[in-house]
Amino acid sequence: MKLLGLVAVIITGSLLLYASGDFPAWGDANSPANSNQQVSVRYIQDSYAKTKTPNEVTAVLADYRGFDTMFETVVIFVAGIAIIAILSFLGEPNKPRGGDIEEHPETPDLIIVQTCKLVIPIIQLFALYVVAHGHYSPGGGFQGGVMFGASLILWALACGLPAALKRLSEPRALVLSAIGIIIYAGWGFLCMLLGGNFLEYAFTDPLLPEGVEKAHSHGMLIVEIGVAFTVTAIMFVIYANLSSRGRLKGGL
Amino acid sequence: MIWQFDIIILLFLVVTALISLRLKDLLGASIVFGIYSFLICLLWAEMGAVDVAFTEAAVGAGVSTVIMIATVYNTKRRSKD
Amino acid sequence: MMLDHAMLANLIEDTVVPKINFWIYIILMMTGLYAMISKNNLIKKLIGMSIFQTAIILFYVSIGVKSGSGIPILGAETQREFHEVEHHNHEHDEHPEEFPDVYAYPTINPDDYANPLPHVLMLTAIVVGVSTLGLALAISQKIYHEYGSIEEDEILAQIKTRSDNDD
Repeated sequence: MKLLGLVAVIITGSLLLYASGDFPAWGDANSPANSNQQVSVRYIQDSYAKTKTPNEVTAVLADYRGFDTMFETVVIFVAGIAIIAILSFLGEPNKPRGGDIEEHPETPDLIIVQTCKLVIPIIQLFALYVVAHGHYSPGGGFQGGVMFGASLILWALACGLPAALKRLSEPRALVLSAIGIIIYAGWGFLCMLLGGNFLEYAFTDPLLPEGVEKAHSHGMLIVEIGVAFTVTAIMFVIYANLSSRGRLKGGL
Repeated sequence: MIWQFDIIILLFLVVTALISLRLKDLLGASIVFGIYSFLICLLWAEMGAVDVAFTEAAVGAGVSTVIMIATVYNTKRRSKD
Repeated sequence: MMLDHAMLANLIEDTVVPKINFWIYIILMMTGLYAMISKNNLIKKLIGMSIFQTAIILFYVSIGVKSGSGIPILGAETQREFHEVEHHNHEHDEHPEEFPDVYAYPTINPDDYANPLPHVLMLTAIVVGVSTLGLALAISQKIYHEYGSIEEDEILAQIKTRSDNDD
């Protein structure tokens, strides 16, 4: 079985290596992917004039390819729900936890708790900054959301999972993640109500202060906030369920 | 695009991947997998893909390593191969 | 034969550098694939799956690289040029007799910026990859709870004895 797998892998690898002779050289500015006038060159040249967003990756992610981002958020949400569904039927564990990693000590360590109390507000502030400043610097909804979720995971690692669950309990986390998706899809429906197609931000121009291009920019900010809500909540839910085998007591 | 730097990081990447698959201690394998994620993040930052590097640093080297260690904590730590 | 330092560097740069990244990505992909097929331990299989996924994401992002270009974010200078043109056009709309001509927006040279499209697609791929990893780890915890081991051959032996006992 393993020999067959090795043979298959070697054949696939050698076919791919043979095909790599036809690839364009690394860093070539005239390769077909880089010089496509309708798609790549148009994104680079027209995105600032149409959307007033210096970060072209955010402009393409939230405006030109907004559908992909919405369904990606839904995928994260479904993964969180699926993990809760798989692990919630385990009941009390009948096999010993053979991990050989130390149990969490009952009293939290003083140095770790004090350091985390100093550091976690700064992490959360930076995460909110990354979400809001995603138009002008690298960042955006995902990165900020994951950082915020990681700050909650840090609190769970320092003081135990029940302490972190007091801050953001599981039902509230699920409601928060659903609100994130409702914000995203709701903004799309709002554009439909105002006369355009789904997620066509230009039609929210009557509601938002500056011109049509700034309507694109503000619409992108709102959907990024929706994405950040969902990603924060689901990252914490995934960690809480995986580390305590679904029972939400004890844990790493 | 500094090619000397790129070649060194790519060779480290292959070495790290092989080490992570050979270690019998699963906690060590998870941590070496975190090193692999950090090296990939460095490679992307050097190639000019800053958004992708930011996401990989947060997601791959942060959350992914932690949930893998959480699973090793709840199952066995030693593997037979 | 004077194969000195500079000549060796040039030789490497002309023949090896254009394609070496693709070779290494293919080696990584095949390592991940073989680990998924042949390893017994479930966690090692998942590490192999993750190596495979990140190698593919590396491949895509490296397509959009242009040597000599910067990051795909417009700088402050270019933004200021756009604002001046827009301000001038706004003045032209308000007072057409004082500002008779309409300026066009400055053209951006696409060779100065990296291609943003592969970056966008791979952001989605990374996040979907971590969701898949989380779900697979949850399933492996459930398998451990049910069968008491995460080695594939022990699990298959237990399934066989359980189905033999049931018949």
